[in-house]
Amino acid sequence: MALDLRICHLYPDLLNLYGDRGNITTLAQRARWRGVAVEVTEVPVGTPLRAAEYDLFFIGGGEDRQQVLAAGDLQQGKGAALREAVEEGATLLAVCGGYQLMGHYYRPAEGGDLPGIGLLDLATQHPGKRRPRLIGNIVIRWDPPQAGAPPTLVGFENHGGRTVLGSAAHPLGQVVAGFGNNGEDRTEGAAYRNAYGTYLHGPLLPKNPWFADHLIMLALRRRHGEVELAPLDDQIEAQAHEAAVRRAR
Amino acid sequence: MTDLRLGAGILAGRLSAALIRALGAGGATTMPGRVARAVAPDLLARLGRRLTRGSVLITGTNGKTTTARLLTGILGRAGWRSIHNRAGANLPAGIAAALLAHSTLAGRVRGDGGVFEVDEATLPLVVESLRPRVLVLGNLFRDQLDRYGEIDLVADRWRDALRRLGKDAVVIYNADDPLVADVARDYPGARTFGIADSTVRRGEALEHAADGRYCYRCGVPYRYEAVFLGHLGAYRCDSCGTARPLLTVAADNVRLRGITGSVFTLTTPVGRADVTTTLPGLYNVYNIVAAATAALTLGTTLGLVRTVVRDFIPAFGRGEQITIEGHTVYMLLAKNPAGFNEVLRTVLSGARPVVTVIAINDLTADGRDISWLWDVDFELLARRCRAAVVTGIRAHDMLLRLKYAGLPSQALNLEPDEERAIRRGVDLLAPGEPLYVLPTYTAMLRIRDLLARRGYVRAFWED
Repeated sequence: MALDLRICHLYPDLLNLYGDRGNITTLAQRARWRGVAVEVTEVPVGTPLRAAEYDLFFIGGGEDRQQVLAAGDLQQGKGAALREAVEEGATLLAVCGGYQLMGHYYRPAEGGDLPGIGLLDLATQHPGKRRPRLIGNIVIRWDPPQAGAPPTLVGFENHGGRTVLGSAAHPLGQVVAGFGNNGEDRTEGAAYRNAYGTYLHGPLLPKNPWFADHLIMLALRRRHGEVELAPLDDQIEAQAHEAAVRRAR
Repeated sequence: MTDLRLGAGILAGRLSAALIRALGAGGATTMPGRVARAVAPDLLARLGRRLTRGSVLITGTNGKTTTARLLTGILGRAGWRSIHNRAGANLPAGIAAALLAHSTLAGRVRGDGGVFEVDEATLPLVVESLRPRVLVLGNLFRDQLDRYGEIDLVADRWRDALRRLGKDAVVIYNADDPLVADVARDYPGARTFGIADSTVRRGEALEHAADGRYCYRCGVPYRYEAVFLGHLGAYRCDSCGTARPLLTVAADNVRLRGITGSVFTLTTPVGRADVTTTLPGLYNVYNIVAAATAALTLGTTLGLVRTVVRDFIPAFGRGEQITIEGHTVYMLLAKNPAGFNEVLRTVLSGARPVVTVIAINDLTADGRDISWLWDVDFELLARRCRAAVVTGIRAHDMLLRLKYAGLPSQALNLEPDEERAIRRGVDLLAPGEPLYVLPTYTAMLRIRDLLARRGYVRAFWED
């Protein structure tokens, strides 16, 4: 049976600050290399989201001004559609600014709260302009589903907001080097059902192909049942992963 | 502050410069300025004031060094004796170091004007100190986000800098850049430059990494009649009517000739002139038009502009040609997505597939975050690159990027050591074939340093 994967890239022209496109490229290439037909649909501001037509959603990070535009648009129906899709088993990855928007709210240093969509049980607060942004290479520990995969995720983080998780969200991982959600509790990212949020860009997926494959598996499983992903030659990916781990120390 | 203190500052700076050079520790392009400013904090303002013709400041994400060198060349032919931070040290300390190197201990400056490229984030401070006669605002692209922060924050600093300008100062800005135009369009008497020839457009759609897509006044996407480079083009907001300002000086009839340069017609308030340059790429057309606008504003003739542009040799690492064992090696600095995309287009403008060395570092001056590699359209290389050697501190990241860009594995070569990477690149060449070296900033300095030791190029502070 021919497998197909339908990816929805939300706000590609607004939230694309840190090489986020690399996540889409990685998902699409790694699926295609296994013979999976891939369709990527870009859904910008103002375009209705027909969430049932996609298996996997991606939302990236942007500058403050762009994030405000995206936040407003999410309140016009897209947010509710994403929540419903995730409840029904859809897979979602949200990075940096997009991650913050998946929570309950973003409270800036000054001015009113930016509403989130409450898909992930978390809230983000900017601690004031005098506190430093959390910037640098980051390594976190996670539990990969594949045997033989390294127990680490690598990336780069650059965020002013501090995120605290509620009880319904699990951290994606524990900080080994870097800051993570808030620089204090050593947690990084959030997971709920098949939805993941993280501050790791770099972008995230090229240097963490095991996480990319995990997302592809989750997304395929919903319509195609249990599937096997053929192994790929990931030597270049693994070397880049190891180099990034060394660089973060 | 007393003259004594100024003298002590100059002395301290000059001594540190002598020491650095004696130790063979580099070109002393920044540290002497730092030392001198520690002793005499207002040294920049006091030495700058003695430049009787005044100073020109040039800022922008891409093109500062080449634009400043072009302008210095034109003004030199017009009789200026300009002090110039030609080595590209563009923080306040670097500008102070350039002034120091041409000052007596009594604080007399051996020069009558200043042409300084200025780091885009420290512009307000330098404007405050030097009180420039002309300020050139080039372009704003996403760059080193870990250091500069968001592009809007840099734009805000420029707005701050404009408020600090003296009332006689002239602002010259790139009208094709909607972000820059939003900063400067209301400044009284501001002059503009840009590209008038819509045939060089890439299309009406912006490339992936384009910034500033949304109107600053009403948040609606701009409509582009033509996109020239990144988000630079002829744009208009259909909601509020904000559009590209009229061009004071423009490039028209642009004919790009790939790596060998371009020809175009410069249209100005004082006439038109056909210009030939060996500087490659559309980004250099912008640099030339920017320098020409400043030069004409300062009273030089169009003929002089044309002559200097024709004879101009690219600055270190910016399209510089080096000969290694009979092969022409082009070194094209590429430090952010917009710049890298233009360099790729220029390198790939010929018919034959190319051999390239891509050198990626993640030191402070490069930006520690290398995620921007995924915003560069390396997919352009997929069918048109015969062999790529990747090197530098983040060579593994670059290799991965090229794999996902669709380059076949037999075209990929990993060589983290820069010297061996260049060697490998040269060895891969057929007779007469050129090598294109595309480095980030510190990788460029490192490769030039290696080539200088082998006698292929001069040290950048001597260049």
